[in-house]
Amino acid sequence: MIPAAFEYVRAGTADEALAALAEHGDDAKLLAGGMSLLPLMKLRLATPAVLVDVGRLTDLAYVRDAGDHLAIGALTRHRDLETSDLLAAECGVLRAVAGQVGDNQVRHRGTLGGSVAHGDPASDLPAALLALDATLVVRGPAGERTIPAADFFVGFLETALAPDELLTEIRVAKAGPTGFAYEKFNRRAQDWATVGAVAVTNGAAHVALVNMGATPLRATGVEAALAAGASIADAAEHAADGTEPPSDLNASPEYRAHLARVLVRRALTEAHG
Amino acid sequence: MDISITVNGKAQTHPVEPRTLLVQYLRDECRLTGTKIGCDTSSCGACTVLVDGESVKSCTMLAAQADGRAITTIEGLAPDGGLHPVQAAFQDNHALQCGFCTAGMVMATVSLLDEVPDPSERDVRLGLEGNLCRCTGYHNIVRAVLAAAEARR
Repeated sequence: MIPAAFEYVRAGTADEALAALAEHGDDAKLLAGGMSLLPLMKLRLATPAVLVDVGRLTDLAYVRDAGDHLAIGALTRHRDLETSDLLAAECGVLRAVAGQVGDNQVRHRGTLGGSVAHGDPASDLPAALLALDATLVVRGPAGERTIPAADFFVGFLETALAPDELLTEIRVAKAGPTGFAYEKFNRRAQDWATVGAVAVTNGAAHVALVNMGATPLRATGVEAALAAGASIADAAEHAADGTEPPSDLNASPEYRAHLARVLVRRALTEAHG
Repeated sequence: MDISITVNGKAQTHPVEPRTLLVQYLRDECRLTGTKIGCDTSSCGACTVLVDGESVKSCTMLAAQADGRAITTIEGLAPDGGLHPVQAAFQDNHALQCGFCTAGMVMATVSLLDEVPDPSERDVRLGLEGNLCRCTGYHNIVRAVLAAAEARR
């Protein structure tokens, strides 16, 4: 399978990428690692006229201690997240979730920013950023702005990023040692999650769901029940409250709701253990 | 566009269409057909090659993205007539039946052992989860990887 023809522009700097986006508008797509975009282009589900390759913006590949938070460059690969000592010390859940994305080959190419900007509700890392209340830093023609993760994912493969903007950095709180767990259920080892549940316990419990709707979701019913003193088992029963899980070859909505309840219970148990 | 890639130690420049996939480039331009196209959807790993020493699925990377990089394919692992220790371990442990997945398995293993030199059996199974064998030869493949790791020590 070969992608439809496109014009290839390699950006040497973030400014060059922004200039290319400004010039080509909706006809252009940004290419980072390509782990989500290239399969769609090979199936011709995506046919951008212009591909702007930002994969060489190595100055946007970093995990830094920025004082009161961690700053992670958008071009940081999953492989570099899963081996980051700084993440191990200050944000273990992000390291653990990155280590469960795809397979080794995918993690050698795929980037945090690419996964997040793609906005696939079945992806692992967007749910982790939601659970962490991360902040996304984007640059556009008018300069830089920040978007809370809770406002970033607005629909299926749809984010708050404007077509002329570039996601540059992801900021998460420095948490030190916390309880966390990621429970992912799939049929083949390397597949997207049929359903996934991220739990972080740092005082209050934060729980986010993978593939339970058009966007990654916070399991607000579970969090409220826990805050009101419910047991993990009782709180987990609320995992699918208010969700509209998709139906596909892998699972019906009813089965996904069941999986969400089981996986949230397991994740919270592990995070508290 | 012209791209310059070092393939198995040899620098070369070819004109390619931007949409050329790395696997097409290796098979059709470089005539290195050891790298296989299996599923063509980045699931099976048959097309695994090393880019700057790290395993990637060459069906899901543009040749343009490899411009300026060093690629190693199964043909470049060992000198002519010789076997890389991972290839030898696959042979010794009967880690292949039809052989279609083998080039990808070997390349993924070389990358894995570079990152995890002393793997447990679980490390091997997780490390090769991006490579499928339809002859169900996994047990011997895992044995071969563990033997190759042992031989490196």
